[in-house]
Amino acid sequence: MGEKVLMKGNEAIAEAAIAAGCRHFFGYPITPQTEVAAYMSKRMPKIDGVYLQAESEVASINMVLGAGAAGVRVMTSTSSPGVSLMAEGISYIAGSDVPCLIVNVQRGGPGLGGIQPSQADYFQATKSTAHGDFHMLVFAPSTVQETVDMISTAFDLGDKYRMPAMVLSDGMLGQMMEPVVLPDARDPDNDSKEWAACGHGNKREHNVVNSLYIDPRELETLVRKRYERYAEIEENEQRAEEYLTDDADIIVVAYGSSSRVSRSAIDMARKQGIKVGMVRPITLWPFPKKALLKHADHAKAFLSVEMSMGQMVEDIKLAVECKVPVEFYGRTGGVIPTPNEVLEQIIRINGGDQ
Amino acid sequence: MFPLEKRVTVVCGHYGTGKTNLSINLALDCARRGEEVTLVDMDVVNPYFRSADYSDLLESEGVRVIGPNFANTNLDTPSLPGSARVAIEEGGRVIVDVGGDDAGATALGMYAGTLEGSDPDVLYVVNMYRSLTTRPEEAVGILREIEAAARIRVTGLVNNSHLKQDTVADTVLGSMGFADEVSRATGLPLRFTTAPRQVAVDLLNKVPNIYPVDVCVRAPWE
Repeated sequence: MGEKVLMKGNEAIAEAAIAAGCRHFFGYPITPQTEVAAYMSKRMPKIDGVYLQAESEVASINMVLGAGAAGVRVMTSTSSPGVSLMAEGISYIAGSDVPCLIVNVQRGGPGLGGIQPSQADYFQATKSTAHGDFHMLVFAPSTVQETVDMISTAFDLGDKYRMPAMVLSDGMLGQMMEPVVLPDARDPDNDSKEWAACGHGNKREHNVVNSLYIDPRELETLVRKRYERYAEIEENEQRAEEYLTDDADIIVVAYGSSSRVSRSAIDMARKQGIKVGMVRPITLWPFPKKALLKHADHAKAFLSVEMSMGQMVEDIKLAVECKVPVEFYGRTGGVIPTPNEVLEQIIRINGGDQ
Repeated sequence: MFPLEKRVTVVCGHYGTGKTNLSINLALDCARRGEEVTLVDMDVVNPYFRSADYSDLLESEGVRVIGPNFANTNLDTPSLPGSARVAIEEGGRVIVDVGGDDAGATALGMYAGTLEGSDPDVLYVVNMYRSLTTRPEEAVGILREIEAAARIRVTGLVNNSHLKQDTVADTVLGSMGFADEVSRATGLPLRFTTAPRQVAVDLLNKVPNIYPVDVCVRAPWE
């Protein structure tokens, strides 16, 4: 481990990916994510890596599919509208069982929207990225250090389960600076995987990486096998952080930037004697159902705090099996809720002024 | 101490070294001394954490803020109002907060001729803990790139080395050797060293020219 340095979230994404052995980046600039690409464009040529600015997000994601199919560790990064453009390619990647890392530094939407931070792509990341039956691993960092640590985990689990992994950040986490310690650098992970299409050298049968299956039964069998893997992931890979939950009457559920706001609000509420805690999802898919359900017996209410009109709140209701009320508070369009706003909601749910 | 020597002060440096926080502190300091002061936000590169975001605070203390025409509008169109040039040419105290690196300093190049006539103080901000400028030669490299892009000569250094919320007295003390090395390598004087106000009290007799600053640039939950 090295010394502490100050890094912007976006720079940390890039440097952490390099440390994790990624030497292939394909992307297209978009605020508030552009520093990832800018940083990669400076660093990759110095370390024999590939940085390529494609003509669009559509091209970028297909280059990611190509490099991933050849078995190398590969990534792209973009912001909300860019993920929409990448949707088709992500489905192809999932349908081809190719691992890769996709970073979404979210901004306000819909449409061209704005350039300020948002969490309105939760549905897109966890449920409706593109056509067909598939999932991505979705990780939600809440600090710059956690972003650094999560990048290598996302690559590793993507490789392990042969599927795309997304790190779902937002404009605030991407743009803000925090002190971080970077992990020791790994060797570039260019070792070809046994399934990869990287040249058989007349030593084995050729590998095919493909998502086209004309025979419906063959396709159904393949999708079912993939869903067996998804079930294993849902069982083993749920991650969440708990904060002051042991005695909590109210459980706030928030991820990313809104969890930072919520933590401040919870500290303020605790000073007023309100028993409130937080479950902070670290994986959004698989959603940390177990961590939430175990609190449904002692908590009298859940509060989802999001920078959207309410998306994760649906998963919380499913996770707690409607045993207790699940309330929602959100700001959207690029507005970040303040700790005071969240505190007001906590006080209201707790039964009014203390 | 009051660190400004000239009517016009230009603050430049690597991305994220703390130029905006320093500029805001300098402007507020001038205003509190009763000076007429204008802060020119010349950052047309980054739409987040910029001086113009703090207009409410600055203007409530009597600082005039001139920002890019479309700052805070979500429109990525980099253009600066004519009043920026007028402020540099004449009038009271001016602090120019430049965007990061040579990319940010390119906008300053547009004013190279105007600045030459105004005999400005051009301060280069260093932060030893900032990724990509942790070695003196890296800090010097970016200084040269900024000078070339902005067509201006740096006249002094500011040691703004910090680790945000993790900054303690030793953080600042540990950076003095780095700042001195940048000074030796460039022949530029180290004009002052900053520290968060609560840390600065422990450094008054240990670091020459310590300039206490308030942390104005922060995340919404901080």
